[in-house]
Amino acid sequence: MAAPTTLPSALADAVRDESSLRRFLHGLPGVDQVGVEQRAAGLGTRSIKKASKLWAIDTAISMVDLTTLEGADTPGKVRTLAAKARRPDPERPDAPRVAAVCVYPDMVKTAADELKGTGVNVASVATAFPSGRSTMDIKLADTKFAVEQGAAEVDMVIDRGAFLSGRYGLVFDEIVRVKEACGDAHLKVILETGELVTYDNVRRASWLALLAGGDFIKTSTGKVSPAATLPVTHVMLQAVRDWHTLTGERRGVKPAGGIRTTKDAIKYLVAVHEVAGAEWLNNHLFRFGASTLLNDLLMQRRTQTDGHYSGPDYVTVD
Amino acid sequence: MWEYAPAPESRDIANLKPNYRMFSDGQFVEGTGEPLKTVNPATEEVLAEVSTASTADVDKAVKAARRAYDRVWSKMPGTERAKYIYRIARLIQERSRELAVLESLDNGKPIKESRDVDVPTAAAHFFYHAGWADKLSYAGYGPDPRPLGVAGQVIPWNFPLLMAAWKIAPALACGNTVVLKPAETTPLTALVLAEIIQQADLPPGVVNIIPGAGDVGASLVEHPDVNKVAFTGSTDVGKIIQRELAGTRKKLTLELGGKAANVVFDDAPLDQAVEGIVNGIFFNQGHVCCAGSRLLVQESVADELLEKLRVRVSTLRVGDPLDKNTDVGAINSREQLTKIQELVESGEGEGASRWTSSCPLPDKGFFFAPTVFSNVSQAMRIAREEIFGPVLSVLTFRTPDEAVAKANNTPYGLSAGVWTEKGSRILWMAQRMRAGVVWSNTFNRFDPTAPFGGYQESGFGREGGRTGLEAYLDV
Amino acid sequence: MSDRISVAKTYKLYIGGAFPRSESGRSYPVTDSKGAFLANAAQGSRKDARDAVVAARKAFPGWSGATAYNRGQVLYRVAEVLEGRREQFITEVSAAEGVPLKKAQSTVDQAIDRWVWYAGWTDKIAAVLGSANPVAGPYFSFSTPEPTGVVAVLAPQQSSLLGLVSVVAPVVASGNTAVVVTSQDRPLPAITLSEVLATSDLPGGVVNLLTGRTAEIAPWLASHADVNALDLTGAPDSIRADLERSAAGTVKRVLRSRAAEDFTREPDMSRIRAYLETKTVWHPMGV
Repeated sequence: MAAPTTLPSALADAVRDESSLRRFLHGLPGVDQVGVEQRAAGLGTRSIKKASKLWAIDTAISMVDLTTLEGADTPGKVRTLAAKARRPDPERPDAPRVAAVCVYPDMVKTAADELKGTGVNVASVATAFPSGRSTMDIKLADTKFAVEQGAAEVDMVIDRGAFLSGRYGLVFDEIVRVKEACGDAHLKVILETGELVTYDNVRRASWLALLAGGDFIKTSTGKVSPAATLPVTHVMLQAVRDWHTLTGERRGVKPAGGIRTTKDAIKYLVAVHEVAGAEWLNNHLFRFGASTLLNDLLMQRRTQTDGHYSGPDYVTVD
Repeated sequence: MWEYAPAPESRDIANLKPNYRMFSDGQFVEGTGEPLKTVNPATEEVLAEVSTASTADVDKAVKAARRAYDRVWSKMPGTERAKYIYRIARLIQERSRELAVLESLDNGKPIKESRDVDVPTAAAHFFYHAGWADKLSYAGYGPDPRPLGVAGQVIPWNFPLLMAAWKIAPALACGNTVVLKPAETTPLTALVLAEIIQQADLPPGVVNIIPGAGDVGASLVEHPDVNKVAFTGSTDVGKIIQRELAGTRKKLTLELGGKAANVVFDDAPLDQAVEGIVNGIFFNQGHVCCAGSRLLVQESVADELLEKLRVRVSTLRVGDPLDKNTDVGAINSREQLTKIQELVESGEGEGASRWTSSCPLPDKGFFFAPTVFSNVSQAMRIAREEIFGPVLSVLTFRTPDEAVAKANNTPYGLSAGVWTEKGSRILWMAQRMRAGVVWSNTFNRFDPTAPFGGYQESGFGREGGRTGLEAYLDV
Repeated sequence: MSDRISVAKTYKLYIGGAFPRSESGRSYPVTDSKGAFLANAAQGSRKDARDAVVAARKAFPGWSGATAYNRGQVLYRVAEVLEGRREQFITEVSAAEGVPLKKAQSTVDQAIDRWVWYAGWTDKIAAVLGSANPVAGPYFSFSTPEPTGVVAVLAPQQSSLLGLVSVVAPVVASGNTAVVVTSQDRPLPAITLSEVLATSDLPGGVVNLLTGRTAEIAPWLASHADVNALDLTGAPDSIRADLERSAAGTVKRVLRSRAAEDFTREPDMSRIRAYLETKTVWHPMGV
């Protein structure tokens, strides 16, 4: 095991060897389920109106990783998605662009060609997404291929089987090696919280990913239910905040899957603001992995700017 | 930058009237006491004028309650009483938004609390107790436990409607009739409850609500035809009432002050502990008798916890009680604000380290920014006296025994908190802490099924649950 | 009939498991119902009362912390020893109360049975008075009765043994400790009871008995800040209200008791409930 960056001594000790890592992860404070769910629900009642709401919607749009991860994906589908990412609302050119388009590795080149010079990144899932059940070599090859094809961001999955059976060193090493394979590309580490089940596990997996050098910690693949939830995101935001307290370094969080409405997105932003802090309210540190969310954001944006409710026929379906 | 826009509830929802009258013998009548003006503590504006009871009005109300008891209520089968009480519960639910807004206007508490806690819990108390009315023979007090008669009840300003519900619901369920005096500064929701009782068509005199100051409360509890006195309020006044009732046959229950210890061990779920600490002391501006006002932290995590706590407290939004985004509302009265300020000064004077949130405060109204004192010792006033405001005193401990010793080192004994992930330690602590309610890995939870009340100078008797019925039965 | 001179007993106080004389050095003559001298009893003082409270407080953690099963065994042992002294109690009760031996016998039998009745309650109180509270939320909430602490008991003036047992047993059955002021004029059966307690397995200080003038000792107990509850059963009418007022100084639980309680009647749980605090504990349910 090797620490990817220079860490404060307490954290450097944590990654010295497998047993230190285990001691560290199991020494983290527990998460009380009822308490965290109550806090998340409480934040959900925050009310945003008018100017703040438009700002929140635009911020949320700029944080979207517009995603298509289907077996049926084609270059055509990816091109239309890229067009949507470039100009989310063709009739409202002031609508911001999304943060990235997220596709499978074989679609990266198509997306990269479409998005060249737009400022919209291409993100690719890798490492035998979504299950992660393959060999290390294949996972590394998968990652390298995506980066070569033009992905600026890689969304890897952790080995949940290894994590749940307590082989933390294995999970750690995989993340470290994938991070190396990424080169300059940003690494988002998908914990697949729906399979980790408990908040204690989510907290441990978050720290494991942060220690191993993940730039972002991400909730879910979108292929497992439950995907992102507010309390899970809450626990992860707390982890990046605590990481910052210890290291001075800011890492990102990405809830993915299941966030479909503006109302939901705003609840997440409230949580980002109150749990991590205002510094996290930008797409360098917070993303939404979503596909249908964008259209609802655009509809609600029109409601705000036009002064009346909009309808689904007035936003593009791509 | 991210800003929450104001999201105020409209005060129109409260159906505020310029004048409120007392409710006696089924009618709203003009009291012959000196009328009082009730003030919105968030703006210092007068909300309404409220007529108060004179000694003669107290007597009339008690007589009405006696008549209702003798002629109707004590004779009515429990099944019938139950239906009246269910009606009250439903009517509270139907008018919940109105009651919530009115409560926040009159009391100063944030609308999210009056909406999510006070009003629904008040309705729940009527629902719960309604069901007891025809099941008293199963309550463990013998085959046919009898009511006491007329209950004189005096309640505080911190949970005006909820306290009225805590008092009235069990009294009615057990077959007593009621004369209730709401607090001087917060009479409005109790008088809307009177309206609800009228709408529920309760027989006249079964519930009477007579606003006024302490003197009205005194003449109510002293009234010779009152059989039962229930008081929630300060320990000082509780003692006066207990003395006053000495040598009488009146049954007394008291729910008084507290200085609860909230004990955080080094293995606690720290982030939730921070939430629990915040909820424990800043809920309802700290105007809570069971508030977790003494934080006892294990030394090994004290710095980390305090840092997290300050960060979290900084996010609390203090301001307009009607704004749904407000976390901490207005202090209920200038008098209370002065008392809080005085105790905070004593804390600084005695050498504790003060930290106060830099949150903006409104320029009018009674507000106090959330404050945390560290380096507090047991000898300081802020560790011993009930501040009844958003002020937390932080002490440390090293061992479980020391935590218990410090937690119990108070004449009070209403509530306590313990935070640890070790189950056996929770039970060990819960057994040793001399408090009527022990919240473990949570704080400030209330439910009509769960008995609530104190040890020692926090009072005697319980409210809620099967245990709570004893206060209103001749057993 | 032999003319053997009997060995007269010295009647003393019972504090912290020991039998001291009153620190005041005072005693007072106790007579039978016809006025014949029976013995001198120690005349307890306020300092004796203070010492008794200290002893009771010291015994409280151990006694309240003992298992209910253990308390039940100890109290049942007391009944066994009582039974062994049955004849002595019959004689003493007969003398104290001026009743024929046959009547005294039935009173003593009832007193022993009463003790057995309360001894059997120790491990049932929590089940009968406690509860699991079905709260509306993801919490487990339970309520459990706990002893209030040190209880000052003014024992009935008339019923020297049955009355005494009826007021003391419910205090200690639930884990409280007691400071008892015995019947002023009929204290001898109480002292004999303390000998029974001392020779059972009851830890010293759980029950402390003071003989003397009730009106002299009671006010010090009523105002004592380390006393949690006060039973007024044997209080003289003239100071009853004053005692209650004093008790309010530290918000004591006061058992006024019904006037002229008939101790021959079957008891209920009310005397047990009087000295209990209900403690409600909450914990979230989650994974």
